[in-house]
Amino acid sequence: MTLLLQALINGLMTGALIAVPAIGFSAIFAVLRYPNFAIASYATIGAFVAWWANAGLGLPIVPALAIAFAVTGVVGVVAEEISLKRLRDNGALIVAIASIALNLVLENIVRFIFGNDMKGYDLPLARDLRFGELRIGPQQLQSLALAAIIMAAMFLFLRYTRFGKAMRAVADNPDLARLKGIDPARIAIVTVFLGAGLSGVGGVLIGLDTSIDPLTGYRVLLSVFAAAVLGGLGSIPGAVVGALALGVAEELALIVTPATYRTAVGFVAILIMLTFRPRGILGERAA
Amino acid sequence: MLSYVIFTLTLCGIYALLALSLNLIWGGVGLVNLGLAGFFAVGAYASAIATGAGAPVLIGWAAALIVGAVLGLVVTFATLRLRDDYLAIVTLGFAEVIRLVALNERWLTKGSDGISGIKAPLKAELGLQGFSVFYLGLVTLIVLVVWALLRRLDLSPYGRAMKAIREDQQLAAFAGKTVLRFKLQAFALSAAIAALSGALYAHFQSYISPDHFQPLITIYIFLAVTAGGVGRPSGAVLGAYLVVIFLEATRFATEWLPGLQPVQIAAMREMMIGLALILVLHLRPQGIMPERIPKAPRQPSPTA
Repeated sequence: MTLLLQALINGLMTGALIAVPAIGFSAIFAVLRYPNFAIASYATIGAFVAWWANAGLGLPIVPALAIAFAVTGVVGVVAEEISLKRLRDNGALIVAIASIALNLVLENIVRFIFGNDMKGYDLPLARDLRFGELRIGPQQLQSLALAAIIMAAMFLFLRYTRFGKAMRAVADNPDLARLKGIDPARIAIVTVFLGAGLSGVGGVLIGLDTSIDPLTGYRVLLSVFAAAVLGGLGSIPGAVVGALALGVAEELALIVTPATYRTAVGFVAILIMLTFRPRGILGERAA
Repeated sequence: MLSYVIFTLTLCGIYALLALSLNLIWGGVGLVNLGLAGFFAVGAYASAIATGAGAPVLIGWAAALIVGAVLGLVVTFATLRLRDDYLAIVTLGFAEVIRLVALNERWLTKGSDGISGIKAPLKAELGLQGFSVFYLGLVTLIVLVVWALLRRLDLSPYGRAMKAIREDQQLAAFAGKTVLRFKLQAFALSAAIAALSGALYAHFQSYISPDHFQPLITIYIFLAVTAGGVGRPSGAVLGAYLVVIFLEATRFATEWLPGLQPVQIAAMREMMIGLALILVLHLRPQGIMPERIPKAPRQPSPTA
């Protein structure tokens, strides 16, 4: 029983971390209609920018997160405008392939600058909190709180701001949105900024848990995709639900399979979901 | 130097088969396989394990073909009714799972140590030099045969039906084409070719490990097919040769740069691959050998 409860808690925690980049991926998918593989490198870039701010400049985690968000957002917009924008008319698959190439380029820029070695954030060591038999790390708790705040901010942004409403309008029906005077090019830029920035923040949160290296983002890419597909491609609440479900599924799977097969759980989850409920838990594209 | 050229040309042939495999489904029915490296690995391991258990090399290659085709069917089955970007995500996951299995199931794959001493056909009879020339000839011959068959397929009614599905699957279905069956068949055949390519690679190297099947290979092949020309088997083959030569050229180019760490040189080379793919997609998306749409055969007029 304790084992199950612990797995549930751990799963919700890792799920919440995956949810942040998954929201970014889903936002880009909902508005621009292509799966952006470059979010893996955005997560890595975010993790390294925050590491530089934290371990290099000595900043605490929250300002480091804010810097990582801004820098990755800008990198995402610049990369998108240069390399992907003109390809959008050629169909989702071509942009997806180009985004894989873009991911390779950005990932290797990080590798060129920082090398392949693992790096850790400068954090105080803290003892696990104990609740009876259950254990929770304070660092995980902090990350969970940060993830929750970021998600809440994203929902408020989508619901109440002009840009948020415009994004939802474009996601819902691009032609109608244009007719209503929404400029799709500007919405695209805002969406990519947010999507890349959130991926970057997600990379930091994941990096806080262990250490970071140039493949940090790539390693969670499949989990992010799985979360988005589970929740329903393009749905932002779906990305959160999908990520939490995936996190719990991964932790429960750990009880029966070796830890090395963790990423395979996402793959199996995608396959099962697509077979029985192809539109995902919350249905496709309802940002 | 000569053995380096022979080695490179053999690798060109192996990549050409992978490019033909991708071109068959991407240029054919308009699906993509982001798990090419996974199918490549499956073929390599299938043949290495079969021949390691005592089977002749040809049986090993047949095993690779069959295992590849079956896994291709399994992977496509869940996504066929969905939009094509789902297949992209699922195939990517498939390649990752294959890599995990290769790393962890030591009883089958020897894990990260890899399988060594894979049978090299006729090596004892021909000697080292003779073997590499023979194997180059064999790989090139297989590329030619597969190319010729796929080219025939491309120009046949079957090929035209595939391209109709690529352009507009609803219209194709309306015209009476069984879209799902075409997609399954094309993907299974394509996966089998990728697996055969892996088997050829395993017996060429005599040693395979999970490190040999990085997702990077998939990107190489996408570059090859895009550069050569999507939808045309000759383009895929040409593209593969160009990409391997480009890869080898970056090896020499980076040696000229002074004061760089090995990891930086490796990063530069991978960056160049990514940049090349983006540039090709922007500047010449139709490739060097653009697809030719053959005229529809003339219907015999009813009066004749």
